[in-house]
Amino acid sequence: MKRLSLAVLFFAILIGLWELVYRAKLWSPVLLPAPEQVAEYLKTSTADGTLLNATVITMRRLLIGYAIGLVGGLPLGLLTARWKVFHDTIGTLALGLQTLPSVCWVPLALLWFGQTEAAMLFVVVMGTLWSVVIATDTGVRHVPPIYPRAALTMGSKRLHIWLKVILPAALPFIVSGMKQGWAFAWRSLMAAEIFVTILTGFGLGQLLHYGRELTAMDQVIGVMLVIVVIGLLADKILFSPVERFLHRRWGTNP
Amino acid sequence: MRFGHKTGSVTDELALVSPSKLSIDKVSKSFRSRAGTVLALDQVSLNVAEAEFICIVGASGCGKSTLLNIIAGLEKPDSGTVSADGKPVTGPGRERLVMFQEAALFPWLDVLGNVLFGLKLKPNLTKKDRLDVARYYLELVDLTRFERSNIHELSGGMKQRVALARALAPNPRVLLMDEPFAALDALTREQLYGDLQRIWKARRKTIVFVTHNVREAVCLGNRVLLFSPHPGRVQEEFVIELPRPRDLNSVELATYASQITHALKTGARPEAVPAK
Repeated sequence: MKRLSLAVLFFAILIGLWELVYRAKLWSPVLLPAPEQVAEYLKTSTADGTLLNATVITMRRLLIGYAIGLVGGLPLGLLTARWKVFHDTIGTLALGLQTLPSVCWVPLALLWFGQTEAAMLFVVVMGTLWSVVIATDTGVRHVPPIYPRAALTMGSKRLHIWLKVILPAALPFIVSGMKQGWAFAWRSLMAAEIFVTILTGFGLGQLLHYGRELTAMDQVIGVMLVIVVIGLLADKILFSPVERFLHRRWGTNP
Repeated sequence: MRFGHKTGSVTDELALVSPSKLSIDKVSKSFRSRAGTVLALDQVSLNVAEAEFICIVGASGCGKSTLLNIIAGLEKPDSGTVSADGKPVTGPGRERLVMFQEAALFPWLDVLGNVLFGLKLKPNLTKKDRLDVARYYLELVDLTRFERSNIHELSGGMKQRVALARALAPNPRVLLMDEPFAALDALTREQLYGDLQRIWKARRKTIVFVTHNVREAVCLGNRVLLFSPHPGRVQEEFVIELPRPRDLNSVELATYASQITHALKTGARPEAVPAK
């Protein structure tokens, strides 16, 4: 309770400062709207459904792309961890491509897929996939060999060992890779949506883009706030419970 | 002990299985290292009777753990054979369970989950049977209260007791123990010697116990085999005729121990001179 009220107080002070800067008229109100105006934008665009629509479209792209990235990345990571030949090939590729900021995929995606959903999805998948491959690979390599050995003596065989020993043992690494993959996917999707206007759906990034085109600063800041809140919620709802469980089980410090 | 009064397959599952007779025949194993090829085991032969408790003592790197791994089926010998009850050992299996030096417990499972791991791999048991069996062994090692604990919450001694329960749960014929108490403090160790002797008597297992601690070996084994390194060989054998439960601090035990320690030292002397 005390922590919550402290956090609320902190954000209240932030907004208060914003209001003060606005009132001091240091910048033109076109460039820095009042908190009130942003709140007004959020209210009307929520009421007319624009914001919700955009959020749904963006989240759908993100979740589908992320799911594809995970489903592809996990087995690829297991392959690279298990066989040298995959490690030297796919592993190296993954390492290389992971260093590529995922926004760099946008021009290529545009040329390949045109202004379509596929282009969006491609960028999100590229953002997720390589992080997951590398995290899974690292996780599996860090599994103490004594675990599979102990399992072997208890009658565990190949597939069983992979599913019931190596995968759970590598879980802390895999989850942090999933989290990184999520962050990359989210960032790359925003970049893609800002760059690419497509008619099949108007996501948050596109709202942001048109806010700039129209010099509607209340819209720009309002959408940015929504993006921040989604990021926070994803962290709190998707990853925090899993991480808490892992910390409790493994006895690592959160 | 707490046998009987149970019906159906649980009783069957907890029933005593016949402990194995092990015979190790001219087993050799070498490893390649930077210093060249090291002969870890050189034509090692030994027999272990049913329900016998033997201890293999030797300095670090004398090949005793390698031998244990070969008996477990985790490693293959270069030559020679290991057989259990006349059948050659070709790979690892739940008839011969290993308890390792470090707790090889799985941190993603709780205590009960760890003990259940091997049981889940045994066919023809219901969920309830498995739970009953797991709880029986947790009671045997006196950890009933901790079945829902996470592994990191346990002390070193408790961890090794869980490891013992996990190794016993699938009801193996042979228990292979690789310096299981080496990392524990003296008091905890002494308590575990008592537990292990009690459980060995109750569950009738053939036990091969590897250690570098001579007193530990004398306290536990019917026989103590002294291993000499480079190449690993059985140097000498001692039959320990002391009544059980044995007291680690008794004079008789110390007498045996000093005799074996002496043999260990004199046997190891040639190593100081460069061999080969």
